[in-house]
Amino acid sequence: MTAKMPQSQVKKPLRSRTLVLRETFASYMFLLPSLIFFIGFVIYPMVMCIFTSFFDSTMGREDIFIGLGNYVELFHDSVFLGALKNTFIIVIVSVPVTCIFSLWVSSVIYDLKGWACSLFRCIFYLPVVTGSVAVTVVWKWMFNNYYGIFNYIGRGMGLIDKNINWLADPRFALACIILILLTTSVGQPIVLYVSALNNVDQSLVEAAEVDGANKFQVFWKIKWPQIMPTTLYILVITTINSFQCFALIQLLTSGGPNHATDTVMYYIYYEAFKLYRYGYGNAMGVILALVIAVLSAVQFKLAKSNE
Amino acid sequence: MNLTSKRTKSYRIFSTATIVLVAILFVFPLYWIITGSLKPVASINSATPEWWPSEFVLDNYERLFNKQSAPLFSIGSIVTGPTVPAAIRWLVNTVFMAVMSMGLTCFTAALAGYALAKKRFIGRSVVFGLIVCAMALPKQVILIPLLREMSDLNLYNTIWAVILPIVGWPFGVFLIRQFAEGIPGEMLEAARVDGASEIKTFTNVVLPMIKPGIGALAIFTFINSWNDYFMQLIMLNSTDILTISLGIAKLQGENATDFGIIMAGAALASLPIIIVFLIFQKYFTKGITMGAVKG
Repeated sequence: MTAKMPQSQVKKPLRSRTLVLRETFASYMFLLPSLIFFIGFVIYPMVMCIFTSFFDSTMGREDIFIGLGNYVELFHDSVFLGALKNTFIIVIVSVPVTCIFSLWVSSVIYDLKGWACSLFRCIFYLPVVTGSVAVTVVWKWMFNNYYGIFNYIGRGMGLIDKNINWLADPRFALACIILILLTTSVGQPIVLYVSALNNVDQSLVEAAEVDGANKFQVFWKIKWPQIMPTTLYILVITTINSFQCFALIQLLTSGGPNHATDTVMYYIYYEAFKLYRYGYGNAMGVILALVIAVLSAVQFKLAKSNE
Repeated sequence: MNLTSKRTKSYRIFSTATIVLVAILFVFPLYWIITGSLKPVASINSATPEWWPSEFVLDNYERLFNKQSAPLFSIGSIVTGPTVPAAIRWLVNTVFMAVMSMGLTCFTAALAGYALAKKRFIGRSVVFGLIVCAMALPKQVILIPLLREMSDLNLYNTIWAVILPIVGWPFGVFLIRQFAEGIPGEMLEAARVDGASEIKTFTNVVLPMIKPGIGALAIFTFINSWNDYFMQLIMLNSTDILTISLGIAKLQGENATDFGIIMAGAALASLPIIIVFLIFQKYFTKGITMGAVKG
């Protein structure tokens, strides 16, 4: 960086106004195709999402402005508050478990090196590639009251004395969903951690080993600080993904039994696409985005203060 | 010293064994889909599971194919292909969707990612800031406005309603930018001194350098669009237009307890994409790691 500084200082006076304008024009020509899609199908809907959240909006009639009406209603809506609670439970359980589990798996398979490492990395990624629908329907079968293997194994091992209808039982439904969610969310963190461990400065590791540090000391004192940025990134993406948990809920329980497994994302779907209350759904979307934004900011702050 | 190394060794054996066990659990659902799709109905609907199918049959696939039919393809409302099982049409739709999303995303992201990485222009930080902010937001919350936008554009219930938002998602631009940062400025300078036009510079100098990035983005987009169930659910409706995931989900809604037919569908939905993943695994891994925002 420092070596390049003088060069750019020499160059700067040469960039005349016309040159800057020409470069800007050329740049926007390169950006144009991408910007059309980005503004048209990401930025515009985002703005509309916020805008419509202040309206009573549904199919086939003009929107009616109701100010903060949707937001006020949200905080009196016990189903929404329940969905918010479920979403937080899912996030609080799945984010730390995903991070710890994937860090453990990566540190073990990293030591195996070569083909074994690639093989395991691949296996743990499989549920992601298989796709949420295929994964969910097979788990639904495995959890089934009559034909599922969980009841069979549970009875065989004497853990349960009669069949449990896992997904229809308010005591277990959410736990089952979290379990499936975990299997589909560790793939990416493992890939990231393995590559981060690859990038750890080996000379430091060797120096520590020569000084008689054991494996755990090497890990906590040398490797952990160096993979910290990766951990932060994984925390953020896992949080975002857990907050957006939808397909599992829709296909497994449809929010039931009696809204016991509603998440915010599923409830948005339910209100907007089943009851056609677009404005109300958008207000929930805005709240969800705000919650995620605040949490991401907090995670960044915490990680920065740790350094 | 000796004691600790012994302890480390036994820890290593223990942890490797545990990983193998967990890995088996991760493969099991896929194994259960494939074997389940080949089991006769009687052994699927039995309280005692068959760990290995006692006989292999194609009944489930037959029932799946006989259920509904649709034209193989249709262009406008004039040209329609021969009638085939609906599941085949769903696969055709899914492949079309994934390939179009992939092609358009790579094209737009390659141009934009290069400009963001290598050019200094007015408004650069604004554009880049918008991209990073958008990526940090949950993309599913924009589905309601997107649905209205698509019906205003008369694109609701067409494959394009799914493709266009995927292309708009700025992850690709971000990823290509990471790769393009590595292009030495001297090479671009040399091309300019030689009198190469902007487009020539891009195709002859930049493109070869960011090829691995485009490969990673291509496979990444292909797999993600194949599995983007929520958006497909919102945008697509009639039997001819469904994707394979959506078709299986609908099937599950109608035949909730016929696990044979559902597993046959799940196998059709997942095996092609798993094969694609296994072939291009190396690029894919690269895409994931390069796309990570460094703290």
